[in-house]
Amino acid sequence: MKRYESLTILESSCLQEGIYSMTLDARAIAQEAEPGQFVCLYTDDQSRLLPRPISICDVDREAGTVRLVYRTVGFGTKEFSGKKAGDAITVLGPIGTGYSKVSEGKEAPRRILVGGGIGIPPMLLLAKEWKQAGYEVIAVLGYRTKDTFLLDDMKQYATCYVATDDGSLGTHGTVIDAIRENGLIPEGAEAETVIAACGPMPMLRGLAGLAAERNVSAYVSLEERMACGVGACLGCITKTKSVDAHSHVHNARICTEGPVFDVRELCF
Amino acid sequence: MNTSVNLAGVTLKNPVLTASGTFGSGMEYGEFVDLSRLGGVVTKGVAITPWEGNPTPRIAETTGGMLNAIGLQNPGLDVFCERDLPFLSKFDTAIVVNVCGHSEEEYVKAVERLAETNADLLEINISCPNVKEGGIAFGTNAAKIEEITRAVKKVARQPIIMKLSPNVTDITEMALAAQNGGADAVSLINTITGMKIDINRRTFALANKTGGLSGPAIKPVAVRMVYQVAQKVSVPILGMGGIASAEDALEFLMAGATAVSVGTANFHNPRVTEEIVDGIEAYMKRNRVEDIHELIGCVK
Repeated sequence: MKRYESLTILESSCLQEGIYSMTLDARAIAQEAEPGQFVCLYTDDQSRLLPRPISICDVDREAGTVRLVYRTVGFGTKEFSGKKAGDAITVLGPIGTGYSKVSEGKEAPRRILVGGGIGIPPMLLLAKEWKQAGYEVIAVLGYRTKDTFLLDDMKQYATCYVATDDGSLGTHGTVIDAIRENGLIPEGAEAETVIAACGPMPMLRGLAGLAAERNVSAYVSLEERMACGVGACLGCITKTKSVDAHSHVHNARICTEGPVFDVRELCF
Repeated sequence: MNTSVNLAGVTLKNPVLTASGTFGSGMEYGEFVDLSRLGGVVTKGVAITPWEGNPTPRIAETTGGMLNAIGLQNPGLDVFCERDLPFLSKFDTAIVVNVCGHSEEEYVKAVERLAETNADLLEINISCPNVKEGGIAFGTNAAKIEEITRAVKKVARQPIIMKLSPNVTDITEMALAAQNGGADAVSLINTITGMKIDINRRTFALANKTGGLSGPAIKPVAVRMVYQVAQKVSVPILGMGGIASAEDALEFLMAGATAVSVGTANFHNPRVTEEIVDGIEAYMKRNRVEDIHELIGCVK
């Protein structure tokens, strides 16, 4: 059940230039959240009306805390980054359908988690939960340079491979180059492998191509401009191959049916 | 204390409704609001057949407001009547169905179909700025408004509210045209056509290039238009445009609206409609207003 409430910030810090971490005292969300879901944060400035969707990076179900890692891209996220421990923030969440969709498919034991840039944060909770569930978890993380974030956290749960745009760490190139270079989908392992990804659209399209070429299942997390965050406004739709059960046209709501989709359902 | 009003023959327990397109058919907001506390729920626009709507991005934020160009995506009347109407019927609130169409014939067919349902009122959307045919093409032409109003009234079982566009030189002409066509009420204002440029991508922020501006930024324009229309027509007015608080809603009532619709504010605070109902009651108590009719149109 989604909640709209004012929560206390327990921690707020800068991980690197433009990348921030915020931990919230959010007992209800921490109990219910699943990997791939997100929350909406509201600015204090009343002239900015719309909530900012931010993916859930980690939860501590016992402590009742939720961690968000986000990039400052505009007015709203800049305001959030200026908040301190003890400050309040209005939050709506948890929102959407996350990577629980994956287990609805075949039980593949090899899980390749692919995160590009600010698509990396939601992979942390996913790696943690899939490792606990006994899967073999491999993470392929794409950064601009060797200035990484969340890499040490990821190493607790996954065998990590890195790709950088400038070649200063790991594979010089994209996450797809890193998957190929390290032979992460060996011949014969297709049926037991699942890809779960979050990142920029070109990366997701590339992964969809790779998944189709190698006949591997892939689930991607999408983002889009949103207004309501609850599935009412129909602002954040994505085109789907089949007629969506809610809309009865070829549009699924990223905030409700998504943000995670089986790439085979999408018109990439 | 009486907060109930009569909108075109339908009694509403209070003058607070939702604005079409911002509230779905109520289902998504049921987690946050007791729908039975609202005077009415105005549904997202529905047409006789499903509409795909516009490409994305469909949303852009602006200072004090937002632009949208959804393009009236809807599942069509069959699904609406099977899924959405039965859901809304569980609540003690008026059901106002917003109707859209590409042509006069489509509006008439939709109104005919809805005559068989338990919808309480129909709001005819002739003012959407985001669809090429129908929508605003009708809403900016007084003769066309009168003609469509007459055509839907001929087949309507429920009272008809004509939803007017602010993107005209004189909205009172459009309101009079609707009244002459037999409208039981008018609602105003729909969104104001706007544009935002994304300077980083050097292109339009919306795939549709233009969108409808809503939110607090448009409220003074809406209050002015409600006031002007109230001076000219005798049918009741459902007022809307940037209402985000009870104080905003009271401005519209005092300017001459019989009831109000709350739209974009739902995106900022999903509980806002119920808070506005509470806020109006608190104002009345504080100012010893026995009947809400003491406030409606009190500013001349």
